[in-house]
Amino acid sequence: MSKKPVQPHEIPTTGHSWDGIEEFDNPMPRWWLWTFYLCIIWGIGYTIAFPAWPLVSGATAGLLGWSTRGDVAADIAAVDEANGPINARLEAADMTALTSDPELHGYAVSAGAAVFKTWCAQCHGSGAAGAVGYPNLLDDDWLWGGTIEDIQTTVAHGIRNEEDDDARYSQMPAFGRDELLEQTEIAAIANYVVSLSGEPQDASVVANGAVLFEENCASCHGENAEGDIYQGAPNLADAIWLYGGSYADVVETISNARFGVMPAWSGRLSEAEIRSVTAYVHQLGGGE
Amino acid sequence: MSNYIKLIALGLITFFAMLGINFARDLAYQVHAVIIMLVAGGLFLYTLRKTDEPVAPLPTNEYMDGVVRAGVIATAFWGVVGFLAGTFIAFQLAFPALNFNWAEGFANFGRLRPLHTSAVIFAFGGNALLASSFYVVQRTSAARLWGGNLAWFVFWGYQLFIVLAATGYLLGGTQSKEYAEPEWYVDLWLTVVWVAYLAVYLGTIIKRREPHIYVANWFFLAFIVTVAMLHVVNNLTIPVSIWGSKSVIVWPGVQDAMVQWWYGHNAVGFFLTAGFLGMMYYFIPKQAERPVFSYKLSIIHFWALIFIYIWAGPHHLHYTALPDWASTLGMVFSVVLWMPSWGGMINGLMTLSGAWDKLRTDPVLRMLVISVAFYGMTTFEGPMMSIRAVNSLSHYTDWTIGHVHSGALGWNGMISFGALYYLTPVLWKRDRLYSLGLVSWHFWLATIGIVLYAASMWVTGIMEGLMWREVDANGFLVNSFADTVAAKFPMYVVRGLGGVMYLSGALIMCYNLWMTVRKAPAKEASLSVAVPAE
Repeated sequence: MSKKPVQPHEIPTTGHSWDGIEEFDNPMPRWWLWTFYLCIIWGIGYTIAFPAWPLVSGATAGLLGWSTRGDVAADIAAVDEANGPINARLEAADMTALTSDPELHGYAVSAGAAVFKTWCAQCHGSGAAGAVGYPNLLDDDWLWGGTIEDIQTTVAHGIRNEEDDDARYSQMPAFGRDELLEQTEIAAIANYVVSLSGEPQDASVVANGAVLFEENCASCHGENAEGDIYQGAPNLADAIWLYGGSYADVVETISNARFGVMPAWSGRLSEAEIRSVTAYVHQLGGGE
Repeated sequence: MSNYIKLIALGLITFFAMLGINFARDLAYQVHAVIIMLVAGGLFLYTLRKTDEPVAPLPTNEYMDGVVRAGVIATAFWGVVGFLAGTFIAFQLAFPALNFNWAEGFANFGRLRPLHTSAVIFAFGGNALLASSFYVVQRTSAARLWGGNLAWFVFWGYQLFIVLAATGYLLGGTQSKEYAEPEWYVDLWLTVVWVAYLAVYLGTIIKRREPHIYVANWFFLAFIVTVAMLHVVNNLTIPVSIWGSKSVIVWPGVQDAMVQWWYGHNAVGFFLTAGFLGMMYYFIPKQAERPVFSYKLSIIHFWALIFIYIWAGPHHLHYTALPDWASTLGMVFSVVLWMPSWGGMINGLMTLSGAWDKLRTDPVLRMLVISVAFYGMTTFEGPMMSIRAVNSLSHYTDWTIGHVHSGALGWNGMISFGALYYLTPVLWKRDRLYSLGLVSWHFWLATIGIVLYAASMWVTGIMEGLMWREVDANGFLVNSFADTVAAKFPMYVVRGLGGVMYLSGALIMCYNLWMTVRKAPAKEASLSVAVPAE
């Protein structure tokens, strides 16, 4: 306050009283009034400088010519311009030889990390460790192949989606739901599958399960259950499980099958972004 | 004769509620139909028993304090409910395991969050406003409430609205508009109750026996009138079926967003600011026993506040599909609103000049004063956050949550507690409160709780805002959303502890008020007959 406050007893009241409450006839504090005026003046000036007043066929654009969309577009253009040359190099690069160009590889990995955090982390986790139903990308167990070209194809076209004709596709039969196998047969196979990497629930049926596996499952998963990356058939002998490796989980998988879907990114991300995230995922630890 | 009309109306309502139970298309509607049937049926029987019995004439010159007493009890009750829900959902955010699987679909965060916001704003704050406005308008008009038992209809009708809204949220009956979640039939009911509230209030002012209308009543009246307008316009919906809770809003797209935040911001401006300023203008001069600092300031800041607040809503929609011009105007009006808001703070604080020493001995006055201090802080923070450049950092972060809570806990909560501490001895004719020591405990628990809450939300809010926008040298984002959530964990725990402290303070208050009614010495010959002060 600029002045010493006026002592209340020197000031008269307005003369009214409500339930014993009176009101002093003090003037408004000067600093308050002047700050109010200044805010109003600033407000008028601001509305002249920026888009503000609605008229008949549109609003005033403001003397500064500023707009939120223009602002964002300028930011994006600046980044695009700065990264344009190196993005062009990335788009033309041979992905298998990417590591031989440390500058380009480093750029792709840091750009890919940003793409991953924005678009992939929701399912695969911000650390890429996956979750039940969403593959861990840090290990060397690959459903559809772990070479840089395999990963690029998976990112660009996705898995079992409807939107991309080149999406990776395969479908496991639902042996229980579609009554292809008896419940006892499913139990035997599940015991066999679990025995490959752990303890079966009922060891007495494992031998029978092996026979049934040979007849029903080996065509995709391989005679030794080693899987097949050309059909996205998982390796069942490596103790790495996408949908859980307990006996009950395996019974559920055999009975009702699984149908994991990944979207195609080729229409949503630029070629440079797809290549970047491919390079990022490939160097996480399991890339072949 | 009027009893027969009442019986016919109640009978029809009961009958249609029964039909509603039978034809209900969703659970929320069905449960509401059961509630309405029980209430209307019960009232039918009650009215039937009273019909053609002799009735005692209503007093005409005695203050109608029964409904204010009920409002005081309801305020304390809903306050505890709302604070409890808020503390629980704060811990749900810190520890997601508290979203129990068995409670999924009614007690998960998404269902409890609107329950919390509506419980504190409309149930706790609304009852505080009902009780204090009914008390203040009678005392400052030297007149009994107008309309016979209409004030009781307002009170119980409002409680029914709260119950319907709360049960609706838990069962998924919501139109997904923030602070306006109740579905169409609950909105219609609130409209009826609100018109009755306006009638009681205006009627009392019109028959006042003071020559002038006291400033507190300007604020209460502005609150009642504007909330009516906001409520009706924002809830213009078309029900999908009269037997279901779902409805479709008439406003399309970004216009709906604009109407929603015109409503939402003015719910803050008129419900939580103008209405509570009405409380401030009565209870601070009464408790301090000093005249209001400046009549001129009160009249100027009242009209400035009313005129400017109504335009500030678009600042909730910066950097969205809202056109830039609307966003600019919202921001400019928000900044110009700073001084009109502070006018109330100055008038409140300066009313204590000559009586500052009372803060040492009177914890109730201390509570009222700190509420005004929080009001001043929040009404500075708000205009600042409405500035586009600041908003681009603060929007969607916990900073907003912290801002709202320093206003809600600090300003609305503390002034309501002060009003309850003032009103309880007066209404129950007690000489004094049971314990001023317990008021001090409440004061410090609540104040430290708010500081923990606001400070932790500043930290997480600014941190996550900076993390969201952090880019590396090539312009790539550095953090994923999950990284920002993980980083906030410790501050979420601090926020929860702040909530526990605030809730504990409110429980101590309830005990103190209860003991005041039960144990404090009675006051002799208190005046409850309306006599003009001049």
